[in-house]
Amino acid sequence: MPVPDSPYRGSLRRRFRLLPVAPSILLLLLFMLAPVAWSFYASFTDVALSGKAALNPQWIGLDNYARMLTDSVFPLSAWLTVVFVAVSAILGQNALGLLIALLMTKSGGATESFVGTAVIASWVLPEIVAAFAAYAYFSQDGTLNQLLGLLGVHGANWLYAFPMAAVILANVWRGTAFSMLVYRAALAQVPRDISEAALMDGARGWQRLAFITLPIIRGSIATNLMLVTLQTLAVFTLIWVMTAGGPSNASTTLPVLAYQEAFKLGDIGYGTAIASVLILIGMVFGTVYVRLLRRANQ
Amino acid sequence: MAGRRPRVRLAANAALAVIGLCFVLPLAWLLLASVDPHAGYQTRWPQSPSFANFAAVLTPELLFLPLVNSLLLSAGTAVVNLAAAVLAAYPLSRYQSRFNKPFLYAILFGTSLPVTAIMVPVYGLFVQLQLLDSMPATIFFMATTTLPMAIWMTKNFMDSVPLELEEAAWMDGASGLATLRRIVLPLMGQGLGVVFIFVFIQAWGNFFVPFILLLSTAKQPAAVSVFSFFGQHGAIAYGELAAFSILYSVPVLVLYTVVARGSGSAFALSGAMKG
Repeated sequence: MPVPDSPYRGSLRRRFRLLPVAPSILLLLLFMLAPVAWSFYASFTDVALSGKAALNPQWIGLDNYARMLTDSVFPLSAWLTVVFVAVSAILGQNALGLLIALLMTKSGGATESFVGTAVIASWVLPEIVAAFAAYAYFSQDGTLNQLLGLLGVHGANWLYAFPMAAVILANVWRGTAFSMLVYRAALAQVPRDISEAALMDGARGWQRLAFITLPIIRGSIATNLMLVTLQTLAVFTLIWVMTAGGPSNASTTLPVLAYQEAFKLGDIGYGTAIASVLILIGMVFGTVYVRLLRRANQ
Repeated sequence: MAGRRPRVRLAANAALAVIGLCFVLPLAWLLLASVDPHAGYQTRWPQSPSFANFAAVLTPELLFLPLVNSLLLSAGTAVVNLAAAVLAAYPLSRYQSRFNKPFLYAILFGTSLPVTAIMVPVYGLFVQLQLLDSMPATIFFMATTTLPMAIWMTKNFMDSVPLELEEAAWMDGASGLATLRRIVLPLMGQGLGVVFIFVFIQAWGNFFVPFILLLSTAKQPAAVSVFSFFGQHGAIAYGELAAFSILYSVPVLVLYTVVARGSGSAFALSGAMKG
């Protein structure tokens, strides 16, 4: 491919310029698009891990989707997913990340770097290790109840009595770093005199925060909301290690349910139907995210 | 107005310190239990601190084989990913084409697919193609899941290498791929390192994908082997679990520090946030 810059070369040559993209496209088609397509297809069949339906799956139309509506677990699980995403990602990670970033503009020195390191450490740790730590923290005689004991309060057995609260808090602990980094970068772009006055400045400061700082970084807020939603929608390991979806499905979000149906019960057809719902939700948020970025770029 | 600023600063510092403490607390157990031979779930100062837990897990089956598997899996994923991403980023960065924008937005859209949702169909696909328990197939799949992000990051880094340097080489008759290899890549070495480490860290910490796709114990990475440690041996050896977790986490913490020091914390976001 010599001298690629000449305008007089044929369009064929120009097409060849895109050839290096081929390996990526091939990988994405084979390992991303094909599974998604297969997921939608299999969700209309009774394909199973073993038995007759494993060798010769039958087309059963919308049966799997109809089953979701009558299933006792699916509606609960969909609701728990909404709660998990709304509380741990949108309220928890997003708001706490913003708060930490705002406080950091007022802070500095040792405190700032200590908090930055602490928040990021729980994010950088391998997911399974973070999950063990969270499990130990919330268990019957774990750290949380020890602390409550110091205050004279007898803490509950969190993982059994309040499994959703435990996994939500654990996910806030694990994921806030991302929002914090996004908002630190965004606030660094806000003109200095405005950001300085933004927080804890009495009523006027709060007004400036609401009417000046937040509107300036609203693009970052929107993209961050999209990204934390998508990340939280996919959380599996944390919940699986802490509660395995239990007790009696009280913390079974959609990824956990899809896993249980497909791999524990061997019902791949129903599992892919649940996965397909998740993929569709992801696509909706993904579309909004791409549109936001396109508009920001124009 | 005098005295208000220090007060604001003090309040901000106090609030931050409380938040930071809350974030550190769950990690305290991990550190203390690892040096406590009689550790349980409780966070406590070890009565007879020792490295017995570390010594107990330092065996070929428990530690070295899973870590070697993790290394193979993560390095393999990062190599495949980087090779594909560099090739894809080059024309996207260097040539104007009406395919560029739709392609970039399409792969950005690809980053939005919840990977845990894809695992059920991927398992089905791997069964059909008889790829279950195959290390290379798992590597290619893991590389694909981080590929969209890697292409964006690589393209952004490549965009910052000035085009003029290449034009001179083109004049001398060098091909696109030759200038990529001899001029562009050497100039974006640091950026490539960032992408490599970023993908490596993600693969190293990935539990769900190898948990589903790799069946034999001999192939499982540390993320999966540590889980069987936790679940199957009846009474859990908490101290050993904590010691293993720490040994398994150290490489990632080191790599993150290396990158964060070089380029601020921006590296993790350069792919995600920039349009």
